Amino acid sequence: MDLLIISAIFGIIMMFAGLWVNNKNTLGNIAIAGFAILSVAGIAALNGTNIFTQIKGSETMLAFGRKEYYFITLTCLATVLYLILCVKPLVAIGHYAAEYLALLFFITCGIIISVSFQNLLMLFLGIEIISIPLYILTGSDKQNLKSNEASLKYFLMGAFSTGILLMGIALIYGATGSFSLAGIIKETQGVSVIYAIGVILLFVALCFKVSAAPFHFWTPDVYDGAPTAVTAYMATIAKGASFLAFLQLFQTSFSGRVSAAWMYMLMFIIIATLVIGNLTAVFQQSVKRMMSYSSIAQAGFMLFALMAINSTNANEGLVLYTLVYTLASLGIFAVLVRIKDYTFDGFNGLAKKEPLVALATTICLFSLAGIPLTGGFMGKWYMLQAVASNSEYWWLIFVAVLLAAVSIFYYFKVIQAMYFKTGEALTITPFTSTVKIALVAIVVVLLAAGIFPSFFTSFLIF
Amino acid sequence: MIALLLFLLPLLGGIITCLIPQNATAKGVSLFVAICIFALAAAGFFYTPQGSQALSINYSWVSTFNANFALQIDGLGTIVCMLCAIVFPVIFLSIWHRNYGSTYYGLMLLAQAGMMGVFMAKDGLLFYFFWELALIPVYFLSSIWGNEHKVKYAFKFFIYTFLGSLLMLAGLIYLNFLEPTHSFAIKDLAAINLPHNTEQWLFWVFFIAFAIKMPIFPFHTWQPDAYEHTNTGTTMVLSSVMVKMGVFASICWLLYMFPNVDVLNLNIVIGLSVFGMLYASFLAMKQNDLKRLIAYSSIAHIGLMSAALFTKIGIGWQGVAVQMFAHGINILGMWMVVEFIEQRTGKRKISELGGLAQSQPTLAIMFVIIALANIALPLTNAFVGEFLMFNALFQYNIWVAAAAGLSIIFAAVYTLRMVQYVLYGQAKTYTNNFAIQPHELAAFGIIIVAIFIMGVYAKPMLTLATDVLQYLR
Repeated sequence: MDLLIISAIFGIIMMFAGLWVNNKNTLGNIAIAGFAILSVAGIAALNGTNIFTQIKGSETMLAFGRKEYYFITLTCLATVLYLILCVKPLVAIGHYAAEYLALLFFITCGIIISVSFQNLLMLFLGIEIISIPLYILTGSDKQNLKSNEASLKYFLMGAFSTGILLMGIALIYGATGSFSLAGIIKETQGVSVIYAIGVILLFVALCFKVSAAPFHFWTPDVYDGAPTAVTAYMATIAKGASFLAFLQLFQTSFSGRVSAAWMYMLMFIIIATLVIGNLTAVFQQSVKRMMSYSSIAQAGFMLFALMAINSTNANEGLVLYTLVYTLASLGIFAVLVRIKDYTFDGFNGLAKKEPLVALATTICLFSLAGIPLTGGFMGKWYMLQAVASNSEYWWLIFVAVLLAAVSIFYYFKVIQAMYFKTGEALTITPFTSTVKIALVAIVVVLLAAGIFPSFFTSFLIF
Repeated sequence: MIALLLFLLPLLGGIITCLIPQNATAKGVSLFVAICIFALAAAGFFYTPQGSQALSINYSWVSTFNANFALQIDGLGTIVCMLCAIVFPVIFLSIWHRNYGSTYYGLMLLAQAGMMGVFMAKDGLLFYFFWELALIPVYFLSSIWGNEHKVKYAFKFFIYTFLGSLLMLAGLIYLNFLEPTHSFAIKDLAAINLPHNTEQWLFWVFFIAFAIKMPIFPFHTWQPDAYEHTNTGTTMVLSSVMVKMGVFASICWLLYMFPNVDVLNLNIVIGLSVFGMLYASFLAMKQNDLKRLIAYSSIAHIGLMSAALFTKIGIGWQGVAVQMFAHGINILGMWMVVEFIEQRTGKRKISELGGLAQSQPTLAIMFVIIALANIALPLTNAFVGEFLMFNALFQYNIWVAAAAGLSIIFAAVYTLRMVQYVLYGQAKTYTNNFAIQPHELAAFGIIIVAIFIMGVYAKPMLTLATDVLQYLR
């Protein structure tokens, strides 16, 4: 509860700070401080210290447990890292630096709501609070036609999916007479048609948000068109948060009620997402576009967690996967945002010029590709285990593994460019030592998650 | 404790070496670390009896999956760890004249750490970890240092092996799921009572992973390319130790976990191996590039090992265990000869070489000894292993033994042809033809001594090799 209030307050402070503070760097520092305070509050809440207590009865709307606090704390910490890495390019996009930063705080509010909802209305609110600032941020580069196009596309598609989400919620309400998760679970005995359609619509809408195929078409264009600093946020933290909302909804609420038919649908979506994401990424010429297809491919892996209903391992695995995916992508985007040339050749010879940065990027790419010793491997391992535990669909492991081999092609293209190709003079913005420290921090977390994954999942349990 | 040190020493040594800014210092440090590892391994194995506590450790690692950090060195492990420990100092000595930069030497030691781990791991997940840990440094080594096509062919090698390991990973996950307590310990995995059909296809899944590494016939195409285009130091690592990972894993993991594989499947594998032997021998006879020739000869030798081990006959397995060490030493010697010649003449094509014996008499002696060991002449190390392996093939099927026996003749043909055209004949003039250097002499000395000691007094190695029978089920 504290976190929701603090982040809302900071959002408002940020907005008005723009009136008095003209220096963009100062604004950035205020935002970093804000998210640092949020992270501290999150850690405190994880240990049971709260400033505000929730009003009795509101638990049917929002409920905060250990899991929720852990999600939120991770989000805030990741945002701190994101800001350290990308705040300069972010505030440099246009004239409204304070507003961009304020929007980040509001998105955080949305994330907090959408991971702790107990009521479908709250889910809707949370998802909208995440989405609307993202539409604005996508179009924040007003002079750039591509950015405008991306924003409009995102808005239209997003609005459409919101409609589907609402429709789904309405149908579920029609079938059960309740918006609250507890009520929905209590009311239905057996699955009525209206209820099933409602769940499917809800599922489709959330698939859209996490860009699972065949609802992924907006992703490459939006990620490509948006300013890179914004893409870095969208593809990592915002996406991770939508996944956690997805998990909350389908693992805890609808799990018992959806059966074989549901599995077929999920399986189709997973396979389609993996195939489309991986195969299309191979043919991309631009690293930025490649990363957006890679984010689709990774979504396919994360959806495996939904196949293992109510398994602790799948739960822990998704949290770990989301964490390492977020951090690894963040690391790559932090490098990308400083490189003017987004083609693979833009990375040529980076290892000579910036050995530390190149090493960090390599480890991030290893993690995305799922190579052992990095967190990405452990994440994939958890996911595949989740599939194996569902003995009917064990063959999906082989599909996933083959497509993971495909992913080597495009991730290693970047490594080859950095290490094995000698490039012309690189046009890069220099990496400050703060950025390097943040990159090293990411690498340390990725390696730690790869060697001792239990450390990161142990926070979920008492 | 020895087991842990054998892994930690190269790992830490590798990381430290990477960080040293002066290349010359890094070279010295890496050689020092490699010698320390060798000394530790030699002293450790000499003074500790088999099965003692010092040779195994077991810590809990990822408790969620029941994965343990379990290392143990048994008889076969001793042989391959010893090979891994002896090969690296020799490699560092033989490429001492090169200045590759500290990263090169660091990555070499990291690869050693991974391979040591593979040879000691007794836990499925840990085994997979080490398997990849060995691969990644070698990928970088072969992509950064080599000729102009190195990136392409190193990537081919990486994709091949990574696809194989991913299949193995999927198989491991499935096995782990079938295991009642979801344990990864090799003993538990082997104890699963698998349904007959499941066992057959799981066998193939794991087999492909190991066959790519060895490599066995249809999966071998990465190997000549990778060997040819990368630097010789990396080729030495690849061919002396890394391909042994595949052979080792086939004994300790593949056939141990799946004892009830159909004879038909084993026959297919043996057929592929023997066909691959003959095929590679024919190709070796036609090669002009020294590196490609040795690469194909290596495929032929590995094919014999694989054929012998899939017969599942005890004497053959002993032969394989001995031959793993012998082949590692011999092929390393061959690469040293190539490195020597390439450095002096700048050439690797047999057609461009000739008459080297006149200007390089020492090389000529070494080369002939190593070449004869490669053909497995009696009194050299390879004879012991090959004799045992042919014995097993003969017991298995006389026609298979006859076909495989042809490869002995072919080996003589291509090896002696190489010796003849490179060392003898019309002497050609080379710009840089300086005499043998002390570090090269030392490296060659170690190889020659190893060849003869093993060839004359093979008993200790054979005693160790009997331990391999514990995996024969």
